[in-house]
Amino acid sequence: MEVLDIIKPENQVFCKSKLMTDTTLSYCPGCGHGTAHNLTMEVIDEMGIVENTIGVAPVGCSVLAYDFMNIDMTQAAHGRAPAVATAIARCWPEKYVFTYQGDGDLAAIGTAETIHTCNRGENIVIIFVNNGIYGMTGGQMAPTTLEGMRSSTSPYGREAKTMGMPIKMTELVANLPGVYYATRQSVHTHKHARKAKKAIKKAFENTRLKKGLSFIEIVSNCNSGWKMNPNESNIWMEEHMFPYFPLGDIKVNGKLK
Amino acid sequence: MSELKLMKGNEALAEAAIRAGVDAYFGYPITPQSEVIEYLMTEQPEKRTGMVVLQAESEIAAINMVYGAASTGKKVMTSSSSPGISLKLEGISYIAGAELPAVIVNVVRGGPGLGTIQPSQADYFQSVKGGGHGDYKLYVLAPASVQEMSDFVEDAFDIAFKYRAPVLILSDGLIGQMMEKVVLKDQQERLTDEEVIKKYDSWATTGKTNRERNIITSLDLQSEKMEARVHRLMKKYEQMELEDTRYEEFQTEDAEYLFVAYGSSSRIAQKAVKLARKKGIKAGLVRPITLFPYPKKVLFKLANQVKGILSVELNAGQMIEDVLLSVEHKVPVAHFGRTGGIIHTPEEVLEALEQKIIKNGSIRHHKTRESSIL
Ligand SMILES: Cc1ncc(C[n+]2csc(CCOP(=O)(O)OP(=O)(O)O)c2C)c(N)n1
Ligand code: SF4
Ligand SMILES: [Mg+2]
Repeated sequence: MEVLDIIKPENQVFCKSKLMTDTTLSYCPGCGHGTAHNLTMEVIDEMGIVENTIGVAPVGCSVLAYDFMNIDMTQAAHGRAPAVATAIARCWPEKYVFTYQGDGDLAAIGTAETIHTCNRGENIVIIFVNNGIYGMTGGQMAPTTLEGMRSSTSPYGREAKTMGMPIKMTELVANLPGVYYATRQSVHTHKHARKAKKAIKKAFENTRLKKGLSFIEIVSNCNSGWKMNPNESNIWMEEHMFPYFPLGDIKVNGKLK
Repeated sequence: MSELKLMKGNEALAEAAIRAGVDAYFGYPITPQSEVIEYLMTEQPEKRTGMVVLQAESEIAAINMVYGAASTGKKVMTSSSSPGISLKLEGISYIAGAELPAVIVNVVRGGPGLGTIQPSQADYFQSVKGGGHGDYKLYVLAPASVQEMSDFVEDAFDIAFKYRAPVLILSDGLIGQMMEKVVLKDQQERLTDEEVIKKYDSWATTGKTNRERNIITSLDLQSEKMEARVHRLMKKYEQMELEDTRYEEFQTEDAEYLFVAYGSSSRIAQKAVKLARKKGIKAGLVRPITLFPYPKKVLFKLANQVKGILSVELNAGQMIEDVLLSVEHKVPVAHFGRTGGIIHTPEEVLEALEQKIIKNGSIRHHKTRESSIL
């Protein structure tokens, strides 16, 4: 059988969501951002909520999310997406509001906004793509960079004594009463992507039910920033990122696991 | 129903916001403007009009909340005082860049740094010369009374939506804290969500219906597009200068000497005009109501008539630069102002006119002429 015989709609498990535009993704080949975008759009499409959905893009590689997601979107200042989303959700309580943020955006410069938005239990979804590095600016150390991991600003490896240990944001916010759902997922295999999509769907369902804040971390690769090819980066992610950032639910229906 | 009340400037502004049908207020406490959010929290506008009021975790969060609400076409505002405004500047630059309507209030206190909680006008440069990064300007309204604290809320939103641009109400601790009589306007209905969607469907991010998606951003990675955005902003500012420059003149018809002062300083300068006239000095006053756009034309015209100008400001000399630009060296110009939270008296202002302009005027005039030969 030829490959082209297999690529048929009936055989496709994953395809480009109708809510993705035809604009060529600006992401490096192999990067997890594109998959995370697509899954989010699939959920919004399947739930039939596009008319009532407003996305908030961060500053980071996904700053151009609005070029790829065919929905209404506002691009926020670096780290401030949760504040932007707070106001939209407060002014439009019937809408579905989500932020899409990187680890530098959410866990460094925007830490205060993240924590307080979570603490207030804003009725929004936060999608947090943790690739352990500042992808956009060329591979500097992020708050989530692993101990010993090299980056352009930790060229000899992150040293815990002077640079601190990587921050586990999802565990941290899960402890806040305002957070209803906190989970850590990945999108690097079909199996993982399917689970991540389920989590995203659950999060938007929570918004519909006005349950408060849903926080979805997606541990992802940055093959360019990590200076690896896509496959190597995924293997490295499994071997190094997952032990420190274990996948799975941390808080479900308002209860810590 | 319009209503006569005795109120603090900050409270009058807060009440005016509710009555103007503002959809949301986001703020963070700081003296001397905390009464704004305190008043709003006490009044529970959520019950009166459905207005959202939220105490943010910082001024940074508050201005980004303003950005968020504004991006959906809602009528939204924030207020703060000097150090807090410094924190908001990145967000203000984004609001200008993304072309969003919003109102920001600065009840100025003395600086730099933590400075003093006493009144000041030391944020003039920050307000009219940019402040945040990039090629943008704020439309700046300077109230001089509690009445104007109230009236300017609606005026500010009119301009903000006319141009889709941020508007700053530049007040100070004196106007914010003092009590005066104020006529409050009638309650305006807030727009319903449906009305907002209908009115601003061409740009607001309220959810993609059967139209192209709306995007709010200040980013243009293509230089040509970015330049086009900057040009679009500059066009707005030109139009503001032509159509929406505001000022007030006091006894300028026969004036030989001119005070230029805004906000609280203009009240003191007005008294100084009266004192001067009692002494036989024909003084007058121009009060810029908008600091950008600046009333350049009237100053340029009066420069042909008067012998000298004193820029009276509660700072070390900031607005004087705009006075100088306006009069193009036709007359001597000097600055007078106290700082540190000290408010000058009318007597001090008059004395400054006599010492810095009337006594020295001819010498200064001579100097400017000399330098213009070079
Ligand atoms: C106020 C401000 N500071 C710094 C920057 C520069 N900057 C842009 S993106 C970025 C890091 C983004 O990293 P992350 O959030 O992890 O996103 P990624 O690119 O890895 O997806 C930084 C520091 C900026 N744009 N604004
Ligand atoms: S730099 Fe990293 S995060 Fe950015 S697109 Fe490339 S691989 Fe993805
Ligand atoms: Mg990152």
